[in-house]
Amino acid sequence: MNEQTIAIKGTRDGLLISLSETEEWSQMTDELAAHIDEKGEFFNGARVTVETGTRPVRKHELASLRALLERRGLSLWAVQSASSTTLDAASALDLKVSENVNAVRGEYADDDDIPISSEEDGTAGLLIRRTLRSGRTVHTQGHVVVYGDVNPGSEIVATGDIIVWGRLRGNVHAGADGDENAVVCALDMMPTQLRIAGYIVTSPAEASNDPQPEVALIRDGQIVVTAWR
Amino acid sequence: MGAKVITVTSGKGGVGKTTTVANLGVALARMGKKVVLIDADIGLRNLDIVLGLENRIVYDLVDVVEERCKLRQAMIKHKQFDHLYLIPAAQTRDKTAVSPEDMVRVTAQLREEFDFILIDSPAGIERGFRNAIAPANEVLIVTNPEVSAVRDADRIIGLLEAANRGPGQLILNRVKLEMIKKGEMLSANDVTDILAIKLIGIVPEDDGVIPASNSGIPVTLTEGSRAGMAYRNIARRLNGEQVPFMDIADSGNILQRITKLFGNSNT
Repeated sequence: MNEQTIAIKGTRDGLLISLSETEEWSQMTDELAAHIDEKGEFFNGARVTVETGTRPVRKHELASLRALLERRGLSLWAVQSASSTTLDAASALDLKVSENVNAVRGEYADDDDIPISSEEDGTAGLLIRRTLRSGRTVHTQGHVVVYGDVNPGSEIVATGDIIVWGRLRGNVHAGADGDENAVVCALDMMPTQLRIAGYIVTSPAEASNDPQPEVALIRDGQIVVTAWR
Repeated sequence: MGAKVITVTSGKGGVGKTTTVANLGVALARMGKKVVLIDADIGLRNLDIVLGLENRIVYDLVDVVEERCKLRQAMIKHKQFDHLYLIPAAQTRDKTAVSPEDMVRVTAQLREEFDFILIDSPAGIERGFRNAIAPANEVLIVTNPEVSAVRDADRIIGLLEAANRGPGQLILNRVKLEMIKKGEMLSANDVTDILAIKLIGIVPEDDGVIPASNSGIPVTLTEGSRAGMAYRNIARRLNGEQVPFMDIADSGNILQRITKLFGNSNT
């Protein structure tokens, strides 16, 4: 393991894993995984805080890091960062966040100029550029993005997230293989039935007059719908 | 040139497909157009009754397809209009007696001679529906302002798009202003919100429609009928005229209020 890119130390709150701000993310997480595997049971059961400095870490990156740790018996519970992207991603995953005041804010300000590697895992998806009408069903491995409406009587079942750039009125099932981190987003969320992993909800009978973009996700063992920011 | 083939369909039964075909046919004929109506609802024929031509049937569409008669022999001339014809459905067979290719072939023979060919589709999404849309240049989807009819219309529009015949234009039939005002019926905006296709006509509920169908004289021929006026306007729009929805104002202020309620729901 390259000591400059990854540092692991024990603290009062468990393990603190500091990750380099500049090293390529997936390469670094691979190294981290290899290092933990090397130590065998040593880290098993540890509670982990990850410190990522000013690097903007996206939600799916954080989610896959969490999954990587969980597979090795470690649980990610907190994130220290100076990047608002990372902090938002951490909150969205219900992780404890603490802003790292020591890091220089905005050194390379968030986002945009950080290229996303086309080799990244877990981004398989289906793009549907039209309205799904009644009777149409879509079943897919990965995520689904719809540029259009999802009308009542239609159905989307995806193992990943479902994002609807339009009105959602039909049936949707995200995380169909049991992924409880899957989310459903829509500009106007009024599904006939919405499922994430093994959970299921219906929409309130009264339609909102002033629809807002919303996201549905699992929190504390139930599906909650909140504003999509 | 050649005729424009217009198929009228709906998915759900009982929303007014046959009434619409009969009235649009008569309205177009009244405008001097040469029109032939084809009843594609094999086994459940109705269009002949609504047009008052039941007792004149000798040959039907299946006879034509199975070459027991010439096409001309199956065409029944309307009592009032010389250039309005009906090709009736067979009553004794089922939808499989005709294929989509047959429909294309029959309409191809008629195209040179007529301005409009209107096809009355059966309810459902099976063979009869496929037959009816096979030769269509344009499709009119009839629906009522209720959730189940709109759901079926949505399904139909999806199937039309898949068959490259879509998206079609919408006729909202049997609209009751009083119920919309009370919030008990979907408004035109509610319906077009879901279906997202162009609205070509709104036909108000009219007590005159059923007696007109029973007597074989479509309501379009009854002056002062609100539904009749709506059908005449749709016919003019099919003929390429720009007829604003406002134009029906002179048939009473109820319609003025309808158009106002429907607001700017296009053309």
